[in-house]
Amino acid sequence: MDFSFTEEQTLLRNMVQGFLQDKYDFETRRKIVSSDEGWRKDYWQEWAELGLLAAPFSEEQGGLGGGAIDTMVIMEEFGRALVVEPYMETVVLAGGFLREGASEAQQAAHIPGIVAGENVWAVAYAEPQGRYNLADLVTTAKADGDGFVLNGYKAVVLGGPWADKLIVTARTSGGQRDSDGVSVFIVDKGAAGVSARDYPTVDGRRASEITFENVKLGADALIGEAGKGLPLVEKVIDQGIGALCAEAVGGMKELNDATVEYCKTRKQFGVPIGKFQVLQHRMVDMFMSYEQSVSMTYMVNMKMDEGDVERTKAASGAKVQIGKAGRFVGQQAVQLHGGMGMTDELNVGHYFKRLTMMDTLFGNVDHHLKRFTNAA
Amino acid sequence: MDMSFSPEDLAFRDEVRAFIEEKFPREIANKRSRGDMSKEDILAWHRILHDKGWVTPSWPKEYGGVGWTITQRYIWNEECARAETTPLLPFGLSMVGPVIYSFGNEEQKARFLPGIRSGDDWWCQGYSEPGSGSDLASLRTKAERVGDEYVVNGSKTWTTLAQFADWMFCLVRTDSSVKQQEGISFLLIDMKTPGITVRPIITMDGAHEVNEVFLEDVRVPAENLIGEENKGWTYAKFLLGNERSGIAGVARSKKAIERLKVIAGAELIDGQPLLDEEEFSRKIAEVEIDLAALEVTELRTLASESRGKGPGPESSILKVKGTEVQQRITELTMEAVGNYAFVYSPHGHEQPGNNFVPGPDYSIGASQNYFNMRKTSIYGGSNEIQHNIIAKMVLGL
Ligand SMILES: Cc1cc2nc3c(=O)[nH]c(=O)nc-3n(C[C@H](O)[C@H](O)[C@H](O)COP(=O)(O)OP(=O)(O)OC[C@H]3O[C@@H](n4cnc5c(N)ncnc54)[C@H](O)[C@@H]3O)c2cc1C
Repeated sequence: MDFSFTEEQTLLRNMVQGFLQDKYDFETRRKIVSSDEGWRKDYWQEWAELGLLAAPFSEEQGGLGGGAIDTMVIMEEFGRALVVEPYMETVVLAGGFLREGASEAQQAAHIPGIVAGENVWAVAYAEPQGRYNLADLVTTAKADGDGFVLNGYKAVVLGGPWADKLIVTARTSGGQRDSDGVSVFIVDKGAAGVSARDYPTVDGRRASEITFENVKLGADALIGEAGKGLPLVEKVIDQGIGALCAEAVGGMKELNDATVEYCKTRKQFGVPIGKFQVLQHRMVDMFMSYEQSVSMTYMVNMKMDEGDVERTKAASGAKVQIGKAGRFVGQQAVQLHGGMGMTDELNVGHYFKRLTMMDTLFGNVDHHLKRFTNAA
Repeated sequence: MDMSFSPEDLAFRDEVRAFIEEKFPREIANKRSRGDMSKEDILAWHRILHDKGWVTPSWPKEYGGVGWTITQRYIWNEECARAETTPLLPFGLSMVGPVIYSFGNEEQKARFLPGIRSGDDWWCQGYSEPGSGSDLASLRTKAERVGDEYVVNGSKTWTTLAQFADWMFCLVRTDSSVKQQEGISFLLIDMKTPGITVRPIITMDGAHEVNEVFLEDVRVPAENLIGEENKGWTYAKFLLGNERSGIAGVARSKKAIERLKVIAGAELIDGQPLLDEEEFSRKIAEVEIDLAALEVTELRTLASESRGKGPGPESSILKVKGTEVQQRITELTMEAVGNYAFVYSPHGHEQPGNNFVPGPDYSIGASQNYFNMRKTSIYGGSNEIQHNIIAKMVLGL
């Protein structure tokens, strides 16, 4: 039993923290979010140079051989600074598909571009009718020669506007919600027949609605076996959940610290409001929610390589925990800041919004309670 | 005990329903939120009701009240909510208006009440200050009597829709040497007076609803003082009681639950309507039950008010429970729209640019609405403060 970080992991944390303290203060983030681009490509390059984009890939793949815990460390720091760049989409998710399911040839073709910061990816898995069900797909890929033809519509593709490559899930056989028949493809966003409409999200990012119209894909676009992609999708999304939990923990930590600090300094009725016992207990509940979330985050990231059932329970359990905790901590942080908590000016509302959206991302509390219950 | 409508009540319902149907401007109904409406949009319905003589149903008859029974007022609110008419702004009609007819002199009544009724005067509430929110009585904006004027210096904040306001009712300190509550006065300030600066505060949902108001050597005629100097706290509290019960919003919440059900009926989960899913439908049922309880609680309060008791500390129950219900409904609505909760929908005051807003119409602004409604447990006296009031005034703790 050991809950300590290795020396390398501590160095990694210090490096990310140092970067963000220097270059990602809240005012800088505000500028990034309101810029036309919406993200910092130059930072992305710096992260490539610092090795952050290589972290979870094996050494053979040109990476640093870090595991889920390294990703957790990075994402927690990103959560504290409300980083908007598509690390989750590119390195964790698209990277996850390539690591876990792709052939050596596909890995050789695509991982170097991620590690070098040349390619940015987005993952188009959600559809309007599908809600959080990863198998509920209307998008189809029909066999065509030794390749496929892709048709369909994907909703709320996070990081879509920044991406040049996409991972797309589509049905190659079976009924709309069958487990069998789901396939995973690599698609160039610039390919003929791909069109995207972009828009901002409430948590300071960008997303796209993407239409695929007779997009021709070669045989080398398919990741894994045709029709057998769902377990891979589940696994990679669970890795995303592990990373997201870490991001949430980072955000909650910042909110809790800010709230305690505010309640120590804000005076009403001649005393710091932190003297009111009802607020003290509220902050204690926030703190306990945070600690429970840290535990679940460690847990899920340590169980990433267990069997499917074990991993599913860990991921859904952790997602439920951070969904509930994020909601409570976010709402109460706003409440305890009074009118200030409602403003766009203060960072509190921005953490609250991000934590709120984290519950939606990859399926909300209800979805994961069900998934947890149904996992064997 | 009887909660049923009489034949007269039903006839009244038909009458007001027909009136709303005929007169409420549909093009306004389609605008999403106050944030996107112009001043005239917001006022349009007010003016129509004024022409009809129905804009101040709860005022005493002599000041323009309609003399409706509480049942009729209830029916009226229900019908307005049902048709989703523009909510009337409370600042004139339910806040300062009653203060003026209860505590103002005849000249003030003659001067200010017509503008409140017609909507020609837009009022804003100058209570909160940067240092005085929950502890309102600690307010520091100072008014010094110089000849027949007050000279006002200080700043107010969170002032809702002050960007449109013609007048502000303002709590000011006129005596610093006595107990806080005993040195406060209630002043009516013309927003066009030199020395007043209004600066926007953008809230986290992107809306421009609130403002900071700076007052620098603002000269206010002494005739704009309501009641007696240094007695303002009494009037201020009277107003807060009205404000609190006004926040409950029962009829509007009913409509919002109806909408939520329509959305949950259209959204799919594994091919079935979300509304049919047990977890989600139970969550709707829970908030519906909370609202049903609140509705009767409000009617009980109104009934005792109509027997001559003003809104007492019980109005704090309405404020707490009403805002909890509103927040819950907006939260469930956001939850219902699923992934499209991510979409940001720009406000009217923002630069037109990328205005692509995907997803079904009902999902537009769902999460921003939820973010915005977090304000309701903060304003009007925070919900923690309402708990303190009930603990002290009702339970005697
Ligand atoms: C959207 C919006 C619109 C508003 N519109 C107006 C307006 O038009 N005019 C106007 O005058 N004001 C307006 N307000 C201001 C509102 O009334 C204040 O925000 C509110 O009174 C709380 O004050 P505060 O923000 O200073 O928070 P604080 O008083 O600093 O409170 C911070 C936290 O401490 C808690 N707290 C404080 N004292 C106690 C206590 N004794 N016991 C337990 N908990 C306590 C509060 O509940 C809150 O959670 C508006 C506010 C908002 C958010």
